[in-house]
Amino acid sequence: MSSHHESILREPLITGENITYSRVTEDILVPVENKPNKAWWIGFIISAIGAGLWVFAVSWTFWFGIGEWGLNKTVGWAWDITGFVWWVGIGHAGTLISAVLLLFRQNWRNSINRSAEAMTIFAVICAATYIISHMGRPWMFYWALPLPNQFGSLWVNFNSPLVWDVFAISTYFSVSLVFWYTGLLPDIATIRDRATGLRRRIYSILSFGWNGSVKTWQRFELVSLILAGVSTPLVLSVHTIVSMDFATSLVPGWHTTIFPPYFVAGAIFSGFAMVQTLLLIARKVMNFENYITMFHIESMNKIIILTGSIVGVAYLTELFIAWYSGAEYEQYAFLNRVSGPYWWAYWTMMTCNVFTPQIFWFKKVRTSIAWSWILSIVVNIGMWFERFVIIVTSLHRDYLPSSWVMFYPSWVDVCVFIGSIGLFFTLFLLFLRVLPAIAMAEVKLLVKSSSDQAKQKLIREGAVDAGEAAYYQESLEKFDSVKPRVAEYEKA
Amino acid sequence: MHGIDKLHEGNVKIYDVFTPMPIHGIEDKLGIKRSRLGRVAFCFGLTGTITAVAMIWYMLVLDWPMNIGGKPHFAFPDFVPIMFELTVLFCSFGMVGTYFFVNDLAPGRAPRVMDLRATNDRFVVAIDAKENPYHDKIDSILKEAGAVEIKHNERKYVSYE
Repeated sequence: MSSHHESILREPLITGENITYSRVTEDILVPVENKPNKAWWIGFIISAIGAGLWVFAVSWTFWFGIGEWGLNKTVGWAWDITGFVWWVGIGHAGTLISAVLLLFRQNWRNSINRSAEAMTIFAVICAATYIISHMGRPWMFYWALPLPNQFGSLWVNFNSPLVWDVFAISTYFSVSLVFWYTGLLPDIATIRDRATGLRRRIYSILSFGWNGSVKTWQRFELVSLILAGVSTPLVLSVHTIVSMDFATSLVPGWHTTIFPPYFVAGAIFSGFAMVQTLLLIARKVMNFENYITMFHIESMNKIIILTGSIVGVAYLTELFIAWYSGAEYEQYAFLNRVSGPYWWAYWTMMTCNVFTPQIFWFKKVRTSIAWSWILSIVVNIGMWFERFVIIVTSLHRDYLPSSWVMFYPSWVDVCVFIGSIGLFFTLFLLFLRVLPAIAMAEVKLLVKSSSDQAKQKLIREGAVDAGEAAYYQESLEKFDSVKPRVAEYEKA
Repeated sequence: MHGIDKLHEGNVKIYDVFTPMPIHGIEDKLGIKRSRLGRVAFCFGLTGTITAVAMIWYMLVLDWPMNIGGKPHFAFPDFVPIMFELTVLFCSFGMVGTYFFVNDLAPGRAPRVMDLRATNDRFVVAIDAKENPYHDKIDSILKEAGAVEIKHNERKYVSYE
């Protein structure tokens, strides 16, 4: 079917036996077409409580103003912007997986892109809520847009990175949404054609009347490719512009040219960590082990170690340049970060982002589910601290020692943050229930070329080199935890 | 694929092919031309860039020139980010909108599927019975090529009630 031939040495992207096209559909649609299980309900209730907390804390902020947060005269940005940058960063993996990996023809993206993109959208929603609520008067948010107004039409300042950010984040959100939804159409059509009654009606509306004709598919592929092409620079531009919010200021510790690449690497780093955190659970709970294999997990871990190391180099470069610049304020800002009152935050960041991910150099760790999960959480924590360190430690000791202070979050700060995590998980769990978490049409493309059974068939037919076949079998047995489980299923 | 070749040999006109996933190379077989959506995307992108430049120029130069940090009113490098973002925005929305329009995809549009399984695991080659004579011959070609089943539909599409 597919003209694509793959080396036998490559690990399979789909494991398990008797994988047919209809089996792919059935396996992936289990959570969508059935009542949710207990694990989903427990997760959902906890997340919904979190989301409720978020609604409460944000309403509190709107009602009483941002004076309810722990901000003070010196530290005017703290958990709000930390949370914003953290979420935007997490939102980078989805588009990276769907766009950059598409351009690089990385087929392993096919089974993780859908949920990663969904995650992107939800993370950007969380980020946007921080932006809106930190404005103080959120009902005036449209002042950030270049709209004609009564002040003689006083336009926004297009020289300001904050205005760039408005454009970047809103473009990123809407383009990601379009990309995600276009990709969903064929899969929604699959659900539609299997459903009956009201469900069919709803999915029929959502499917836009998709029918899968040749012309539709041909254009669909071109649209995906071009969207990937424009989203790739887009995803890089978003965090670049976020970093310019800091880099174009004159605050020591912020005013550095390394920020754009450093932020982008950090964003991809944290995004992949979050994808890992979510997918490791999702594949277990939803029995997606055949589609999200050890190879996928390992590939993501490799990206985590790469971007983590880039971030590490960036930290060291920052320190070196601060010293080398000879600018005393710059030097003090970094000395204060490393050994000042917030030394613990700095070293938490260093440990979680630079040191611990290095364990992924060991293949044993990289292919261990437990380790991958724990380290992905550690990275998430580390990346939160990174933003906290950049923002708060640069601000809390400014040019005037009499106004030096510490930042203490109020209960509202904490509730908004915990609540935003609840909101994120609520949206993600709802997504798992109503839409296919794996792009079925794209996974079906791989069944004939990259699945374990296709490779086993080639080996049985003797179509491949015996040594290479042995290597393939050996690495499969050694690293892929799925194999024995499949055997168990068959026994049962 | 093989079946399509056979049908062509037998001079049978294929109405359309419906598949659950894209099949590479099938467009050439069916003589479908390269899509022009790329050019559409480019034009929309260019529109976005021009919109951004025009908007910023109007607002900051023509309508209300202001001294911002002593910079020139039209501080071009500062406007690159927004020009880029609007290019991407217009390009994506314009292209996807065009795609939906030309393929008649819209919310609530009645799905015109030949067989309900064509979005799951079946590959449908549709042949218009009115345009092609010798139905028996077509049936035998299809069978030879390994068709799982051959349906003679009265109506053009299986639609939903």
